[in-house]
Amino acid sequence: MEAFITHTGTAVPLRRSNVDTDQIIPAVWLKQVSRTGFENGLFAAWREDPEFVLNDATYEGASILVSGPDFGTGSSREHAVWALQQYGFRVVIAARFGDIFRNNSTKMGLLPVVLPGDKAADLQSAVEANPKLEITVDLRERQVRWADEVVAFEIDDYTRWRLMEGLDDIGLTLRHADDVAVYENGRQPWLPTTV
Amino acid sequence: MGRTLAEKVWEQHVVRRADGEPDLLYIDLHLIHEVTSPQAFDGLRLAGRKVRRPDLTIATEDHNVPTVLGPIADPVSKKQVETLRKNAAEFGIRLHPMGDAGQGVVHIIGPQFGLTQPGMTIVCGDSHTSTHGAFGGIAFGIGTSEVEHVLATQTLPAYRPKTMAIEVSGELPPGVTAKDLILAIIAKIGTGGGQGYIVEYRGEAVRELSMEGRMTVCNMSIEAGARAGMIAPDETTFAYLKGRPHAPQGEAWDQAVEYWKSLRTDDDAVFDKVVEIDASTLTPYVTWGTNPGQGLPLAESVPSPDSFADPVARSAAERALDYMGLNAGTPLREIEVDTVFVGSCTNGRIEDLRSAAEILRGRQVRTRTLIVPGSMQVKLQAEEEGLHEVFKAAGAEWREAGCSMCLGMNPDTLKPGERSASTSNRNFEGRQGKGGRTHLVSPQVAAATAVTGRLTAPADL
Ligand code: SF4
Repeated sequence: MEAFITHTGTAVPLRRSNVDTDQIIPAVWLKQVSRTGFENGLFAAWREDPEFVLNDATYEGASILVSGPDFGTGSSREHAVWALQQYGFRVVIAARFGDIFRNNSTKMGLLPVVLPGDKAADLQSAVEANPKLEITVDLRERQVRWADEVVAFEIDDYTRWRLMEGLDDIGLTLRHADDVAVYENGRQPWLPTTV
Repeated sequence: MGRTLAEKVWEQHVVRRADGEPDLLYIDLHLIHEVTSPQAFDGLRLAGRKVRRPDLTIATEDHNVPTVLGPIADPVSKKQVETLRKNAAEFGIRLHPMGDAGQGVVHIIGPQFGLTQPGMTIVCGDSHTSTHGAFGGIAFGIGTSEVEHVLATQTLPAYRPKTMAIEVSGELPPGVTAKDLILAIIAKIGTGGGQGYIVEYRGEAVRELSMEGRMTVCNMSIEAGARAGMIAPDETTFAYLKGRPHAPQGEAWDQAVEYWKSLRTDDDAVFDKVVEIDASTLTPYVTWGTNPGQGLPLAESVPSPDSFADPVARSAAERALDYMGLNAGTPLREIEVDTVFVGSCTNGRIEDLRSAAEILRGRQVRTRTLIVPGSMQVKLQAEEEGLHEVFKAAGAEWREAGCSMCLGMNPDTLKPGERSASTSNRNFEGRQGKGGRTHLVSPQVAAATAVTGRLTAPADL
């Protein structure tokens, strides 16, 4: 996974709440067996509306999505993360995220940034007033900065370290294969197997 | 200080704990289906890794499968199912393919085989894995990267969520079901209310629920934003498990039961949050909007967006009414539907089909009505009981097992503008087909609605 340390770019304001993963990538797109080509499925139904903000040329080239609260609720489909990344987003900012979506994002190097609701809304307004507004998302400092604003966000040390190093979890866990083997020997004898 | 049920199960599964790192958690059972696994197996192949414990992994085909007999017509769906078959064979994983007597929706087959047991950790690349928590384990949905992680290591790094108790006092009135209870809970705490928590459902009304009802409740924990929902195991749990193919037997059964009995929240344990709800005040619930928190008692009317003080909730309601083609003030009972769907991992179990059949017996449906058993075994059981004859005589369609119209990845979909009463779990825009409009209901309300063509409670018939 690509390391994430700091990112500067422009944003798209998505003035909606409860952006469930069925909207981010509709089910028909989940039939693919590869990991690529999901950018065309991103918000596929909403993008049919010419007024939808992603169709607004003013925001072309944006790499930060600023959403209303409860972004990525619903299904566990990681395809939602792939679609956002393949479309060109590196950061999603919202007041609240669905837990699984947030987890999936950090596995793939898409940074989910939790900002308090009014701060996310302030940022949306700032972007609407100036679509070319430069925004910096600094994972090292745990800050989002735009114009004169500096807003801190929280992320746990471990996830931050992993993202900044671009480390894949499986490799990290395999370093502890011995611990897993020890645990396995002590499992309760009645636990089922599928064979 | 005492510990909660969630804390006990979590602690039992910690393989490794280090300062400033998530716990490394052992996974007792990993369920797999065709949609969220292909890229995970590709990842294993690329890295030259194996599946660590194929004997703790089980696969089924559910999301794409047609519910009428015959092969899969859609070549893309077909390829996905074939990919699962190839992967299961290559990595040595037990698979229940279409047509197999063990096939069914992934969250129905685990409990049915007795693979889902108290105190276990269970994961699946599917958010409704929370269903399995009904047996008193920690069960949660994961994404494809995590599926790959579990395949390779049988563990997951995770931070323990906070704990929430939902205390349900009183008794559910007659005609009010587990589905109504969970819809009422979500309406109360909101779709984000459970974010960051494992919820334990407690109290008299919960203890009175059957295992089927408990699974319905835990299933929709994710709709309240919670990663997992759980219910302490008790005699109802043990009676359900006893004799199932993978349940412990003989001496092992006694040992297991003794341990399972310790799986309850200690009296002096403290939850991070407590929510209370009085079951005796509940009536049948339906959703009117496009997220599962937008629900109301059936006796009420479509709300006006102006009735929401919070501006975010107000604009969400405006959008929802527009999408749903509804006007504020319309009594919910006057909403006409085109399609009724009974099925899914929320309400596709035998008890759900029995209660729908009871209402349809001797009556005729006025809408297209799909009855889709959650698994082949549910289908066979229903046929043994003659329920399929009741459905067919009423004019409903009796189908093969699968996810079906819960998410419309197979041909069972709504057309744009069509409206359904559905026993599934998500009323998101386009969930059941592009432009489709979904009202979430219990199986009883679904069946009564099929009879009148309008949202209806059985008591109205
Ligand atoms: S029945 Fe619906 S919610 Fe359940 S696993 Fe299938 S698609 Fe998901």
